[in-house]
Amino acid sequence: MGELRAYAALLGGKARSMASYRTSFAIELLSNLGSTVLDVVTVFVLYRATARVGGFTLAESLLMTGLTAAGFVLADLVVGNIDDLKRYVRAGTLDTVLIRPLRVLPQLIFMDLPLRKLLRLAFGIFVYVAALVVNHVHWTPTRLTLAVVAPIGAAVFFGAIFVLTASLAFWWVESGEMGAAFTYGGRDFTSYPITIYSDWFRGVFAYALGFGLVSYQPALALLDRADPLGLPAWAGYAAPLVSVPAVAIAALVWRIGIRHYRSTGS
Amino acid sequence: MIRMQDLRKDFTVRVKAGRLRREKRTVPAVDGVSLTIEPGEMVGYIGPNGAGKSTTLKMLTGVLAPTSGEVSVFGLTPVPQRTRLALRIGVVFGQRSQLWWDLPLRESFRLLRHIYRVPAAEHEARLRRCRDLLDLDAFLDTPVRQLSLGQRMRGELTAALLHGPGVLFLDEPTIGLDVVSKQAVRSFLAELGATGDVTLVLTTHDLADIERLCHRLVVIDHGRVVHDGTIDALHARYGSRRSLVVDLDRPLASGFALPGATLVAAEAEGHRVTFALDSASAGEAVAALVAAASVRDLSVVEPDIEDVVARLYASA
Repeated sequence: MGELRAYAALLGGKARSMASYRTSFAIELLSNLGSTVLDVVTVFVLYRATARVGGFTLAESLLMTGLTAAGFVLADLVVGNIDDLKRYVRAGTLDTVLIRPLRVLPQLIFMDLPLRKLLRLAFGIFVYVAALVVNHVHWTPTRLTLAVVAPIGAAVFFGAIFVLTASLAFWWVESGEMGAAFTYGGRDFTSYPITIYSDWFRGVFAYALGFGLVSYQPALALLDRADPLGLPAWAGYAAPLVSVPAVAIAALVWRIGIRHYRSTGS
Repeated sequence: MIRMQDLRKDFTVRVKAGRLRREKRTVPAVDGVSLTIEPGEMVGYIGPNGAGKSTTLKMLTGVLAPTSGEVSVFGLTPVPQRTRLALRIGVVFGQRSQLWWDLPLRESFRLLRHIYRVPAAEHEARLRRCRDLLDLDAFLDTPVRQLSLGQRMRGELTAALLHGPGVLFLDEPTIGLDVVSKQAVRSFLAELGATGDVTLVLTTHDLADIERLCHRLVVIDHGRVVHDGTIDALHARYGSRRSLVVDLDRPLASGFALPGATLVAAEAEGHRVTFALDSASAGEAVAALVAAASVRDLSVVEPDIEDVVARLYASA
């Protein structure tokens, strides 16, 4: 309980710090919205050229895009700023985090929660809900549960990817933008039906790394469509469980990484 | 209370070997340090840049995991018991701030109260004391980013003490401060140490900090302890002596000898002479001089600790 109060205090500190830069916060809020809007517009533009992409209609594709947008932005809002870890490691400022009586990861999350991404999250959820409506989903209790769990599972999965790629900085200070290939690359991958990708690429990203289970499989289950790639129907309902091993791996790498922290001189 | 047993920290660095090849090399930053510090002690940790002072402090606070050896503070092992230990120690890094950059100083203190879960009354009492001793009131409502370095450091000291730690670790607390701020920090720490409630461990390059604050001096070089004892013991060990500078009306008779002292310099055609005091006290030497010669003026010069330490670094 006391610990929750401590994290709330950290979050409050962040909110008050931002209040001293009100205009720039408003601008960031809007410019942040832009990137997610653009992702959705891209899907519309694509379907101007053709009625079906990879065997899916615009409405069906939008469900995957919306599911990805809601899940990814939620993850980005909560743990996306962990990407700054490489800055803390490089400058040795992680020291001040380590001397406090709180765990490192939640501290970093709450110290610097990017509230400017809130508007973007609202838009992502809007696209997801709108896609559920236009697809005339045949609702059953299981499907309703899946509709709620799927974006949360996607968020947890992307969150694990954020933590995992950020942890690289403990070993490799110049990890730079390599992590972005998996976070932002993963988001772009899951925004479309995976049927559009070539075999080997799909094999690696969708199945080996698990991105195919983030939005494509749950969307099939929600749409009541059989998988053209041959996975059974229950796979869609089980898909959100992919975030469990993802979190376990991320937590393990993080723990080992923090022991590797070297700080800097003086 | 603080125990280090054969503590080591190795860093792996990659050095260029040829055009593309890079070789891994292991560099010991702390190379087998064993020390015990008792409650209420004030210990100064000095050494040249890169000697391993900060690395040791970081292992004591749980920031870095040791490569080998044992370390315990309050019976806790800093890694993995970091968060439990953090509640009982205070840390000030002279070159890192733990305050909220964009918030008034007062807000940082309020946030720290929640982070360390300090009851309001205790927090108030400790803050009151720091406000009085460190003159914080004038800038308590100023955002940290607008504070001068001296003001900020006074804020950092307060931040490290609000949860009532039993040990305060200070990594170069006076670095970059002007003379007045240095004095303020030193007299605050002296007062804090005098209560005996807080054990102080500080690293510094400014030996005046040590002379003012620390009874015990630990000199570290290349990751090893090269001296552990009082400042007087350091002087005794390296043969640094007080000296007596005397102005005379007439030069001393040739062959004059002062028992227990050595003539080390004669200037102004013998009108100013300097004796190093070996075994004689200043009083004995002055008495002998006044009896033997016509003394116009004299002064006793303390040995310069900077010189001693410079010699120590060079020999280590």
